[in-house]
Amino acid sequence: MSDPERELRVSKIRNGTVIDHITAGQALNVLAILGIDGDEGVGVSIGMNVPSDKLGTKDVVKVEDRELSQGEVDVLSLLAPEATVNIVREFEVVDKKRVERPERVVGLLTCPNHNCITNQDEPVESAFGVVDDGVRCEFCGEIVREDIGDHLAVH
Amino acid sequence: MRHDHLLSAGQLTREDIEAVLDRAAELDADPGAVGDRYADTLLALCFFEPSTRTKMSFDTAMKRLGGATVDMGTVESSSVKKGESLADTVRVIEGYADGIVLRHPSEGAAKLASQFVDVPVVNAGDGAGQHPSQTLLDLYTMRERAGLDDLTVGIMGDLKYGRTVHSLAEALTNFDARMHFVSPESLRLPRSVQFDLHDAGARLREHTDLDEVLGELDVLYVTRIQRERFPDENEYQKVAGEYQIDAETLDAARDDLTVMHPLPRVDEIAPDVDDTEYAAYFAQAHNGVPVRMALLDALLGGDDAGDGAVAADGGDA
Repeated sequence: MSDPERELRVSKIRNGTVIDHITAGQALNVLAILGIDGDEGVGVSIGMNVPSDKLGTKDVVKVEDRELSQGEVDVLSLLAPEATVNIVREFEVVDKKRVERPERVVGLLTCPNHNCITNQDEPVESAFGVVDDGVRCEFCGEIVREDIGDHLAVH
Repeated sequence: MRHDHLLSAGQLTREDIEAVLDRAAELDADPGAVGDRYADTLLALCFFEPSTRTKMSFDTAMKRLGGATVDMGTVESSSVKKGESLADTVRVIEGYADGIVLRHPSEGAAKLASQFVDVPVVNAGDGAGQHPSQTLLDLYTMRERAGLDDLTVGIMGDLKYGRTVHSLAEALTNFDARMHFVSPESLRLPRSVQFDLHDAGARLREHTDLDEVLGELDVLYVTRIQRERFPDENEYQKVAGEYQIDAETLDAARDDLTVMHPLPRVDEIAPDVDDTEYAAYFAQAHNGVPVRMALLDALLGGDDAGDGAVAADGGDA
């Protein structure tokens, strides 16, 4: 049986992507990674701090009429390593996948080191290698472990 | 393995380092050993920050190899002042010269430059990042004085912003040195450098007091505590005097201790150390020329360079 209270919170979508098991509090950063700010005209539903058997609390994002690329899915892992991505067509989940950590992310994060060359006015994209428990700037070596979402270049 | 650029000490293997140091020793003994191979070679000196030793020793090294240099001059007198990007600057200079020596105030600048040009780029200091050619001459000096194996090395001063420290510590992991880092709490090694050292399995300890380790050291590498880095002058004054040495301080050291410093010094090594057997810092500066000759020979010389040219793929920031 489905939980009517949860259905009220976040209704089913016809076509699009449901990102479930997002680390609580990261939903807006997930939208930032996807470049979704509400101006696209697509329906976006966000559940934050939703009860979760697996995580205690979680966030859920549903984006209508949009399917995520593998690259976008991979980058989600930096913010939400437990996330699952469900592709929905005609109300049915046709594909379900876990996120996987990429080896590097390009152009998505800004380096927190203000003196890093990537923060100067140079024609270069930021690039971070993914290390065990965070990411590392490929230019200056700065390591970001906590609050990766705070450094999203797409904010 | 052959590299295109020298950006970081982290890209240097023990084999790379020894090849450069061996070649430096050859060129030190016989500067004419390269013949006229560099007669048509031009090296660009691009210094976006002030420099005396590094710039002059690269200039001298290229000329002693029989080549020539072109100098960008000061930032104030260049197009940088007009707002030109570093990427554009090096792309233009690539058309003039066979190699680029770059000093820049931003970390990662040499890495960026290397992505825009095909000629070799040597990182001559990028902000608080790296200074790998300094490290090669530091190691050359250590090898002359104490060898490179089974060393206990103390590194004291500004470990947070000291690029020579970051490069040296990384390079020393090739030699399994025991490293003691001595600094105020506020100037400890940055997390990224610690990450690399631990990743390389380095044996290191951190201290706030030199007395804890002085008696164990083969080498004491002193750096200037950079007053300009402190937001509060009072905070600087609290620590500055704690990290100065003089001849009396060294009474507690081993007789064969080698004291090094990348220079310039201000007051962290008293003049009365200069005439002791400990002092190696002026010889260290002089070693910049043969070491940089060897480095340029490896990077610019192609297959004609000495055996085991510097390995560098430019992959490390």
